[in-house]
Amino acid sequence: MKIFTFHKGGIHPAERKLTAELPIRPAPAAPVLTLLLSQSIGAPSKPVVKAGERVAAGQPVAEPGGFVGAWIHSPCAGVVKKIERVRTAQGYPADALVIERDAESGERYAYPGLDPAQASSEEIVARVRECGIVGLGGATFPTAVKLVPPEGMTPECVILNGAECEPYLTCDDRLMREHADEIACGAYCLMRAARVRHCYIGIERNKPEAIEAMQRAAAGYEGMKVCVLRTKYPQGGEKQLIAAILGREVPSGALPVSVGAIVDNVATAYAVQQAVVEGKPLTGRVLTVTGEGALNPGNYYVELGTPLLSLVQLSPEAERVIAGGPMMGKAVSRLDSPSTKGLSGLLVPGAPDAGKMQACIRCGACYNVCPMGLEPMMLARQAENADWEGAAGRGVMDCVECGSCAYTCPSRRRLLDWIRYAKSQVRNLK
Amino acid sequence: MDNRLLISGSPHVHSRDSVDRRMWNVVIALLPALGVALWTFGARALYVTLVAVGACLATEWIIERYLFGRACTLRNGSALITGLLLAFNLPDILPLWMVAAGAAVAIGVGKMSFGGLGCNIWNPALVGRVFLLLSFPAAMTTWNPSVGSGLLPAQATGASGVDAETGATLLATLKTHAHEMDLSRVDWLSLALGDMNGSLGEVGAIAILLGLAWMLLSRTVTWHIPVSVLGSAALFSWCTGANPGLELLSGGLLLGAVFMATDYVTSPMTHKGQLIYGILIGVLTIIIRRWGAYPEGVSFAILLGNSFTPLLNKYCSPRRFGMAGKRKEAAA
Repeated sequence: MKIFTFHKGGIHPAERKLTAELPIRPAPAAPVLTLLLSQSIGAPSKPVVKAGERVAAGQPVAEPGGFVGAWIHSPCAGVVKKIERVRTAQGYPADALVIERDAESGERYAYPGLDPAQASSEEIVARVRECGIVGLGGATFPTAVKLVPPEGMTPECVILNGAECEPYLTCDDRLMREHADEIACGAYCLMRAARVRHCYIGIERNKPEAIEAMQRAAAGYEGMKVCVLRTKYPQGGEKQLIAAILGREVPSGALPVSVGAIVDNVATAYAVQQAVVEGKPLTGRVLTVTGEGALNPGNYYVELGTPLLSLVQLSPEAERVIAGGPMMGKAVSRLDSPSTKGLSGLLVPGAPDAGKMQACIRCGACYNVCPMGLEPMMLARQAENADWEGAAGRGVMDCVECGSCAYTCPSRRRLLDWIRYAKSQVRNLK
Repeated sequence: MDNRLLISGSPHVHSRDSVDRRMWNVVIALLPALGVALWTFGARALYVTLVAVGACLATEWIIERYLFGRACTLRNGSALITGLLLAFNLPDILPLWMVAAGAAVAIGVGKMSFGGLGCNIWNPALVGRVFLLLSFPAAMTTWNPSVGSGLLPAQATGASGVDAETGATLLATLKTHAHEMDLSRVDWLSLALGDMNGSLGEVGAIAILLGLAWMLLSRTVTWHIPVSVLGSAALFSWCTGANPGLELLSGGLLLGAVFMATDYVTSPMTHKGQLIYGILIGVLTIIIRRWGAYPEGVSFAILLGNSFTPLLNKYCSPRRFGMAGKRKEAAA
């Protein structure tokens, strides 16, 4: 069996997939859901309902604020209480629709189901758009926008990202094990929408059950194939995944479709199948609650807008909560904030280790692990010296923020913090 | 619930690697060579080592405490390594006050004057050694008369030519008697085990290679620098008509290639740069040994290699992902 991988840099953090054997369960329904109007990349969505209005489950409540934007749907039947300024998990202010659940009313708003083999590309793209589907791997880029490439670029294949290279997270693994057929059907919808003949499903080798399930499901579709990936971080990075499977490097600053690839997460493919075949909009997702400090580890199906507080129970020693995985996840500062489309996990790390920052010893470890071939130590130093032009010249904007450099640094320098700062400053230059 | 959570930027996990772990692995790797030094030179080796290490630690502590006003960094083991390596580069009968002076220069000038760990340009232990070599040339090239030179006695092999001298290193003998030397006189077993004259740590080839094996296994260093230094030195010495085996085993080349040239701070950061740097050191060593005034050239070669490190870092930067096409366009 051929094992696919990328060849530049990369690390092997401890996998810690504590919840891999725990089946997906629905999280308890929250009485009040808070739908952030800005929970995907692009312009914030605009409400199409007013305070006091009744909504059915699955009813659209906010429309895209621009071409790059997404519809938002109410996960439950209920009453729109208000449109309010709340705080995101990272503590930033943001507008949100607050919906109070109505337990009795079972009203559902549904789209007609489509047959993916019969529906046209345009119909599928329109359905993906009206069902509010965004990339569920974490980047939350609107999927419909990705399916319509810019003028002059022709996609050749769809790559499904089932690498799940982040330590701890198991939501994609569970979804592939339990809903392989739906994911393969979703992949077929994406192939039809993008008008391509090939689909490669990349899964890391440490998920043999998921690989087997997806191979069985993919066998039913022509041109669909599972590619087993080496367990190596960041195998699931979009550019690394394309390099691993197609052997092509996305040029600096270009879109993946420039080398013929459209990459979508397996969870996105599942959502696409639900939207196209079942007519169900994206109103929830699977997320992993995990970590040594979480008392209720597991994989949960969570409705959008559920307060994080009701999803995770912290042990008394817990000091931190991470939204996402330990490598790229963002620290949570407020647990009263709601879940979003991009939230793939809630990680409660155990006691932090006591390592201290020291002087850089120029060992070059960060150079060797950078999957983008950058010089993290030099970039961090340029950031410390406020040399933004210099950092831009060294390709700081190519950084995918995978964190391999800071993970590896024996001096525990906060390399990625400096690089992120440099990126924000370089953006300001333009 | 108390809603106070600690926040920080990603990544939120760290490999267990640390400067301390790496440095202590180097210390472990130095132990076999230290054992050979004690076996060959006896208690003198212990005194020299203790004075060198003690003076290095004391110098760093005093400067950090009273000049920089910083927290003590002795625990990371880097000053200890400098002390050990300096001792390994000295003859066992060197007066102990000179050892202490060399250690003070190694740490004080070679390391702390640049700002401490990670800031220096040249290998501190070699700065100390070269300071001693230039200041006390006679003492630095006077060897213990009771230790053999690595040559078999003339009568044992029946060969003519130079007698196996005591109180000289094999390299010095080669330098002065190159034309009369008979390779059958070389006592290869002593060369491998370390039963011959020289600086404390350079004599035991097998012990040094054991140390290298430990550093490679514990991922403290990669193969690039030691292999390129030794390989290029062997190849170049063969081209100049010398015996490569003798060049590798007779002086400080192994010690330098394994423990001194691999110093993180003063060597290039990319593998490509490390290979060029290694070749530079290997070739320079042989040039100095063959055509220079000194019988031994490793120290100077490594210091010269260190001087090239910033340049190599600049021109051997890694190939950026997704830049292949752009380079071609630029070339076209």
